[in-house]
Amino acid sequence: MVDQAALENDQPLLVATSLSKSFGRIAACRDVSFSLYPGEVLAIVGESGSGKSTLLQLLSGQLAASGGHVSYRMRDGVARDLASLGEAERRFLYRTDWGFVHQDPAQGLRMAVSAGANVGERLMAVGWNHYGRIRETASDWLTRVEIDTARIDDAPRTYSGGMRQRLQIARNLVTEPRLVFMDEPTGGLDVSVQARLLDLLRSLVAELNLAVIIVTHDLAVARLLSHRVMVMKGGRVIEAGLTDQVLDDPREPYTQLLVSSILPP
Amino acid sequence: MTAMIDVTDANKTFTMHLQGGIELPVVSGVTFQVNASECVVLSGPSGAGKSSILKMVFGNYRCDSGRIGIRHRGAVIDLASAEPRQILNVRRSTIGYVSQFLRAVPRVATIDVVAEPLIVNGMPRTDAQQRAGNLLRRLNIPERLWQLPPATFSGGEQQRVNIARGFISDLPILLLDEPTASLDAANRAVVVELVAEKKRQGVAMVAIVHDDEIRHLIADRIVDVTSFAAAA
Repeated sequence: MVDQAALENDQPLLVATSLSKSFGRIAACRDVSFSLYPGEVLAIVGESGSGKSTLLQLLSGQLAASGGHVSYRMRDGVARDLASLGEAERRFLYRTDWGFVHQDPAQGLRMAVSAGANVGERLMAVGWNHYGRIRETASDWLTRVEIDTARIDDAPRTYSGGMRQRLQIARNLVTEPRLVFMDEPTGGLDVSVQARLLDLLRSLVAELNLAVIIVTHDLAVARLLSHRVMVMKGGRVIEAGLTDQVLDDPREPYTQLLVSSILPP
Repeated sequence: MTAMIDVTDANKTFTMHLQGGIELPVVSGVTFQVNASECVVLSGPSGAGKSSILKMVFGNYRCDSGRIGIRHRGAVIDLASAEPRQILNVRRSTIGYVSQFLRAVPRVATIDVVAEPLIVNGMPRTDAQQRAGNLLRRLNIPERLWQLPPATFSGGEQQRVNIARGFISDLPILLLDEPTASLDAANRAVVVELVAEKKRQGVAMVAIVHDDEIRHLIADRIVDVTSFAAAA
């Protein structure tokens, strides 16, 4: 699965340098720098308003930074500044090489068209035109995310919350992206549905050697899915490191507060 | 011969910010080596810092100062100053850790919990599951439980699943935190056997065991942790 040598010698996939964003007088994100390697899962944790989602939007090019920059290594191996990408390259990232899993599946899916079309659409956007093959691939992906293929022609608005979220994941992964952004992917789901989704995400991420940047306020989700974690407060990264180190041996007062605030089940 | 584990002058203090910033010194001046084919047992009363030392060696607790030298694929890497992804690599191919408690992933079958470390290192699923089954059988986990997630198992069963998961890999270093704590005599004997097999395979081990009889059976050397007690 994971190629050891490749993992160690590889170049970073994404590098953020001194990223900042202000909304008027409010600094939502201040001076954030880090590198993400292929196959690495990075969790961004912190409470509401800490700047997590702003950072995710900066990293995925949905929001222009006030300062700093993000570079991404394209499939040709060359690292490029996101701000300087042409329209074709940008489209390639959004439609193929990146995925974006929203907290609300309605934001990432087209609710009125069939599940099969939701998955197939990403393939058609990259030039697939053989209907049979598109449907077959879509059906494979529904199976992988544990959706009964008998529901392939139903629209996601007839799906439960957990199914919608799994469909959104299938839609994102069908083009074999190298990087997936996730914004609270388990938020709003009840716990048993959450556990199933987490388990599914965890195995898909490992199987596909995906790099993931996941925003969550749930430390249990961070522990289960991520290799590394960054703790944000007031727009700054106040502590970062190996996930189990930060959660088991937190150093900063705020991180200690977060870790000690978890209610035991 | 180079030691597999070479800890030099490692220090650890907890600063409890939520309790008015009190400093809780844990250990200081921790220094010891472990060679291949050797099991070193850390001894000392509860609270002396044995588990903390084990966690420092695994890279789970950070050191304030000092060095945790680990022989990893022919070179020595200092875990006290390593990057997160280096530590993950060391854990994937060099150091295994058997904790007292199983941190089970919801919904994953016992057999896959045990087989996972092999699959992560590239072994085909069916081979890995076969080895997992052999180990579970030795540890007296009945086959009808293998397809169930271990979350609902008894404490002793969970610990045996955890032991199977820890012993299944062919990693050159193993850390054991009270592996026999809630086991009956028959299963304790299996663990003693497993440790002996690992020694024959050249594995370097550090263990914490409270049971005097087990300690006597597995220890090649004892390191007294009270000498690393941090001056409070």
